[in-house]
Amino acid sequence: MNKVVNDFSITVGTKNGSGSSTANNTILRAIFKMGIPVSGKNLFPSNIQGLPTWYTIRASKDGYLGRREDQDIVIAINPDSFARDLASVAPGGAFFYADDIKQPITRADIAIYPMPVKEIVKKDPNVPSDFRDLVGNMVYVGVLAQLIDIDMEKITAALNFHFKGKQKPIDMNLNAVKAGYEWAKANLEKKDPFFLEHMDKTDGMIMADGNTAAALGSIFGGTQFVAWYPITPATSLAEAMNDYFPMLRPREDGKHTYAVVQAEDELAAIGMTVGAGWSGLRAMTSTSGPGLSLMTEFAGLAYYAEVPIVVWDIQRIGPSTGLPTRTSQADLSFTIGMGHGDSDSIVLLPGDINECFEFGWKAFDVAERFQTPVFVLSDLDMGMNQWMSKPFEYPATPMDRGKVLWEKDLEELKGNWGRYLDKDSDGVTYRTFPGNKHPLSSYFTRGTGHDEYAKYTEDANTFHRNMERLKNKFETAKQYVPKPVTHLTKGSNVAIMAYGSTESAINEARAQLEKEHGIKADFMRVRAVPFSPEVDEFVKKYDQIFVVEMNRDGQLHQLLSLAYPIAVSSLKSVAFGDGMPASAKWIREGILAQYTASSAKLAKPAKKAVAKKLPVKKAAPKKPAAKKTKAAKSGKKGAK
Amino acid sequence: MSALPMAGAPANVNLAGLTKNDYRGNPTTLCQGCGHNSISNQIISAMYEMNVLPENVIKFSGIGCSSKSPTYFMNRSFGFNSLHGRMPSIATGALFGDHTLKGIGVSGDGDTASIGMGQFKHVMRRNVNMVYIIENNGVYGLTKGQFSATAEKGLALKKQGTNPYMPVDICMEAVISNATFVARSFAGNPKQVKELLKAAFAHKGIAVLDIISPCVTFNNQDNAYHSYAWGKDHEEPLHDITYIAPRNEIMLEREMNEGEIREVAMHDGSVVILKNLEKGYDPTNRFEALRALEEAQRNNWLATGLIYITEDKEALVDTYNLVDTPLNRLTDADLRPAPEMINKINALMF
Repeated sequence: MNKVVNDFSITVGTKNGSGSSTANNTILRAIFKMGIPVSGKNLFPSNIQGLPTWYTIRASKDGYLGRREDQDIVIAINPDSFARDLASVAPGGAFFYADDIKQPITRADIAIYPMPVKEIVKKDPNVPSDFRDLVGNMVYVGVLAQLIDIDMEKITAALNFHFKGKQKPIDMNLNAVKAGYEWAKANLEKKDPFFLEHMDKTDGMIMADGNTAAALGSIFGGTQFVAWYPITPATSLAEAMNDYFPMLRPREDGKHTYAVVQAEDELAAIGMTVGAGWSGLRAMTSTSGPGLSLMTEFAGLAYYAEVPIVVWDIQRIGPSTGLPTRTSQADLSFTIGMGHGDSDSIVLLPGDINECFEFGWKAFDVAERFQTPVFVLSDLDMGMNQWMSKPFEYPATPMDRGKVLWEKDLEELKGNWGRYLDKDSDGVTYRTFPGNKHPLSSYFTRGTGHDEYAKYTEDANTFHRNMERLKNKFETAKQYVPKPVTHLTKGSNVAIMAYGSTESAINEARAQLEKEHGIKADFMRVRAVPFSPEVDEFVKKYDQIFVVEMNRDGQLHQLLSLAYPIAVSSLKSVAFGDGMPASAKWIREGILAQYTASSAKLAKPAKKAVAKKLPVKKAAPKKPAAKKTKAAKSGKKGAK
Repeated sequence: MSALPMAGAPANVNLAGLTKNDYRGNPTTLCQGCGHNSISNQIISAMYEMNVLPENVIKFSGIGCSSKSPTYFMNRSFGFNSLHGRMPSIATGALFGDHTLKGIGVSGDGDTASIGMGQFKHVMRRNVNMVYIIENNGVYGLTKGQFSATAEKGLALKKQGTNPYMPVDICMEAVISNATFVARSFAGNPKQVKELLKAAFAHKGIAVLDIISPCVTFNNQDNAYHSYAWGKDHEEPLHDITYIAPRNEIMLEREMNEGEIREVAMHDGSVVILKNLEKGYDPTNRFEALRALEEAQRNNWLATGLIYITEDKEALVDTYNLVDTPLNRLTDADLRPAPEMINKINALMF
């Protein structure tokens, strides 16, 4: 049997609310501390206690953090999902289970390891009886550690971190790990090929979830006001702000430079945010699907009255309540022009944990510079799961508060000021804040028709002129929003475009496409709407551009098709939405289903000159995927 | 501050150095005889008499006839005419911008008791520092005469037939929601409106002022509860009300006899003097307030006056322990953590 080292997945099937997250995080962190690139994904139900839940850890020596569809190692602790868990193990895989589950073992093509979890825990007199189920989870950590070589020292470090150095719970849990380890050593014979070995690929890296990163970035962005309403998967963002504000913005007088208000609903959450943004605060809210729907009317008001606000949308799959605990990228079409009538929004599209932090502060600069709502589209997979990431970087530029007039500015202007007067011909006008004591500072804000001096008017010409100015403002914004990230491959003949959290899975798919099918694909990850000029250049260079996204209708594909009619024939949609994070498998298969070999010639010559100017963030991964797989015919992901 | 008159100011200026004109707004576009216009005029008088600097006030409104009125007073104040039923959330957020400012919100019965009922209840709960005026006429004017949620059961309107539902009593809703100042008045009684406005403005926290303001176009039949005729016949003032400015400002005449009057001290040192008309009504007693409202409802009285007040509760911005400088005047140095904090944060991310 060939050893498989640092390249496999571990899935734990437990019951929601059974306390397995400590155990799973311990495995994840221990592997990370061993220097092996690793990611953890929680596949949880919309439930507090009792329903099946799965946690998948992927170790990837090549640094691929996307979801892997094959289940190499499965640990079954939940009788309710036992049969399904057993069936999910890939041939040649390994299956660990708590041996108090008496259900038929129907597989002969995998390694089977029963574990006397309950018995082992009972033996430890230091574990109170009501803690046995919780601590029992640590037994499988120990058994697994023994069989696949997880470093016990790193497990200790992980528990230390988790329990913040509190010795009693650390000991109780560590003892269970050790008991599991010793039992396995004495009783189990290794029958599977999976091993972990130390690497140095996580040196200097951090582990974080996107919501925490977004909250921290927002605080570094000088957030002054947050209003929010609880909704999965956005809740942890606002909660993280509550957690970190005191530490990051302490003052000697003990007073606060910020306020976090839990509103009565999303209407009020965005309403308060608009009020605060209007009065000159860096104001934000965070929400998801149904909450976003409720915010629509206010988004239109903020667009038309020109109020800067930041709205984080941690996308979950809809429509309607949909699957509240499953991920998606299906809010793009909804947010780009949120509100009735002609309207535009600036949409920022972070693609990893680091960008969640970066766009946390940057979103305010964009919002205040253009005095308009900025939607930041994260998703459940990025927001709630743990990702390996480069450390957060301190904001590279000072806060951009945009065009603001205070008392002395108004005195200098001697009244030559109008709230919507386009003095600089860039569509962006000057604003004042309540509390400004200059008698000429005030204006009356409204969602009704208004002229350059914010006076009510129903005049057709004035209305039209204002709408044209707003359009011009969004033209100006194209130069200011985050530019796309581009990965080029030598000798490429096709391209992939995408946004958000799918980058890692796409890079993995690109490596597979090149190795197994000879298809070399350049990749552009769009980071904002409106599209910056780099996107204009890119879409014109290829005969085949596969637009990869986690939704049914191919929303980015539609948007690109509208923006670039000249490129419509080359834009092909690879869209799929089932609530699961993107995997390299469905991306690869989706691309192959649409790929036309005959027209796949080398990219147009014009490309090279342009390509040099494009920002290349990371080199494309050099190593191909470990397993050879057949090209699928369906183009869509097969049933699990 | 070139507009503030200094030496040689005319005699008709107040202590803020402003004339009454400095408190006016644009000409009204509401119907002639609309109760709302009378209320706007009383706001102008009250603010002038209280020497309020217009720059220290933010005006708010939702959508509807009533919500248009903030353009008809205090042009020098910032204003935000927001969305239908959503004035409370806009005001809540905006007043965080500068905690030294006071809000004056004007809403209507549709804007508050129908589409905005949720936000209305929560702005009470939060004790946002604003005067919340409901210009209550029981009818939708801008859409030409539909029943609102405060219309009485049995009211007949031209195109709507007869209203089959019980009305919402805005004052009762406010008291139940723990509002800290609840009053009712009638646009046909401008003196009382003005005194209540002054008391409401002096109150720290939310001050609800439900003003019956007849719609002369769509709901002014003599038997309609929100008409001038009905209001005049059925108004049952709980007391005569006088607002006395803080002691260090001009004192108004105090002519009431001991024993008949009740003083309510406001947080800023001003006093509201209530002259009881019949029985000793105590507006600091929440239980009594609800009883009085229930009694008025059963007897078809329009009970007016200060229904409930408590000065014990802190206003919303105070519960947040904010810095003394208004938040919207803070600089980068106050708002962005120091560079070394980034390492501290990274160290926390396993």
